[in-house]
Amino acid sequence: MSKPKIGFYWCASCGGCEESVVDLAEDVLVVTGAVDIVFWPCAMDFKKKDVEAMADKSIVATLLNGAIRSTEQEEMAHLLRRKSQVLIAYGSCAHTGGIPGLANQFNREQIMKYVYEDAPTMVNEQKTYPLPVSQDGGREMKLPVLHNIVRALDQVVDVDYYIPGCPPSSKLLKEAVLALLSGKLPPKGSVLAPDNAVCQECTRNDTKPQDISLTEFKRPHQIIADPEKCLLAQGLPCMGPATRGGCEAVCIKGNMPCTGCYGPVSHVQDHGAKILSYLASTAAGKEEKEISKTLGGIPDPVGTFYRYGLAKCMLRGKVSSHE
Amino acid sequence: MPDPATATVGGFEPRIVAFFCNWCTYTAADLAGVSRMKYAPNIRVIRLMCSGRLDPQFVMAAFAGGADGVLIGGCHPGDCHYVEGNYKALRRVRLLERMLGDLGIEKDRFRLEWISASEGDRVKAVVNEMVEKVRALGPLDMPGKHLEWDKEMEELEAHVNNAQQEVPAR
Repeated sequence: MSKPKIGFYWCASCGGCEESVVDLAEDVLVVTGAVDIVFWPCAMDFKKKDVEAMADKSIVATLLNGAIRSTEQEEMAHLLRRKSQVLIAYGSCAHTGGIPGLANQFNREQIMKYVYEDAPTMVNEQKTYPLPVSQDGGREMKLPVLHNIVRALDQVVDVDYYIPGCPPSSKLLKEAVLALLSGKLPPKGSVLAPDNAVCQECTRNDTKPQDISLTEFKRPHQIIADPEKCLLAQGLPCMGPATRGGCEAVCIKGNMPCTGCYGPVSHVQDHGAKILSYLASTAAGKEEKEISKTLGGIPDPVGTFYRYGLAKCMLRGKVSSHE
Repeated sequence: MPDPATATVGGFEPRIVAFFCNWCTYTAADLAGVSRMKYAPNIRVIRLMCSGRLDPQFVMAAFAGGADGVLIGGCHPGDCHYVEGNYKALRRVRLLERMLGDLGIEKDRFRLEWISASEGDRVKAVVNEMVEKVRALGPLDMPGKHLEWDKEMEELEAHVNNAQQEVPAR
């Protein structure tokens, strides 16, 4: 009997998700022993035409990481959707837009101009830009183009499951693959991670006070944090209370606050708004002045609350920049 | 300025979602009603038990769903029926308005007001003023904008499916 076919693909991502597959260590042998990897451009030599030649739905599951930023990525998402029985959005970028989603605060023209003209490291006196279509020796050459906005995978194609995280923990990946192989999958649309807040998994949860009232928000480089005590109680904006667990609070174990990469729990629709809600209510004071001073300790609300999820913010990005 | 209560028909009519607390501002709106005060018909009032119940997600959902403005009404500081709820609202609103500004939503589209149960005339004044300001800004129309943004996605799915017909499956 042939082994189930699995594909991996990357779109707008950093490679960290591929790393998390390698992080399976010896368990990678369990996975590769149980499945046939039929497509994984990062690690093995496959071409797009190999995928095109496969029968529809012949791949049991494709784990696609990265946001959809360009027409090439969009095309691959459609192609892999067509060839796969189960399509899994793997990692923050595919799940909620991830770090690339922060680009939704600017439009394509602003980004291109910065990268090709204004960046301090750029010298481009002739203002050379990549051409979507160009001619070379009578041949027409085409390049993919950037979309105006960054999208999470499910804003482009139908997605069956999500594995969150930047990157997802190897444990979640292993559990997902085992669930796939055994056919014991939860309902379509599920996030394959526990549906509880990071705090519930945090070893410092017992030190979290009932009421937190902060007169100042601090940034991680400004204090040497007590390694035993709740970081929020020490004034560090930690996204743990409004973020899905499954990571076993690994950042907090490293004495750094949670930045929210696992996205929201299932009953929250807008992750950033929910983080804002709880974090603002921890600010002390009843006077406008006092409150503004405390909240001034969060200089960049969009980048803090939607660090991994601006594409899935209900507004999807900065309103005026995509006109 | 034309009287907002009898503003022109046709043209842009702002849609403003108003979250009013049960104990003060909603009661004030009721008072405005029974006192037969006329004010702009552009607000859709949603009653919350307390302005502290206002989840910022409600505001995001209102804007994303097509609201041109969001108005929040609560009890004056010190008067909250639940003692502290309006202070929680104040903190959330101050951070939220900064974030909405960063996301390109104009300042006049989002407003917090303390209006006590006896201030029916204040409901009238605040609503009329906000409607005029939002009218001047024009429609926000997030649903329309999202449709517009997604127009760049119309071609490729068909392209992939067409390419498939040329490559016979193994």
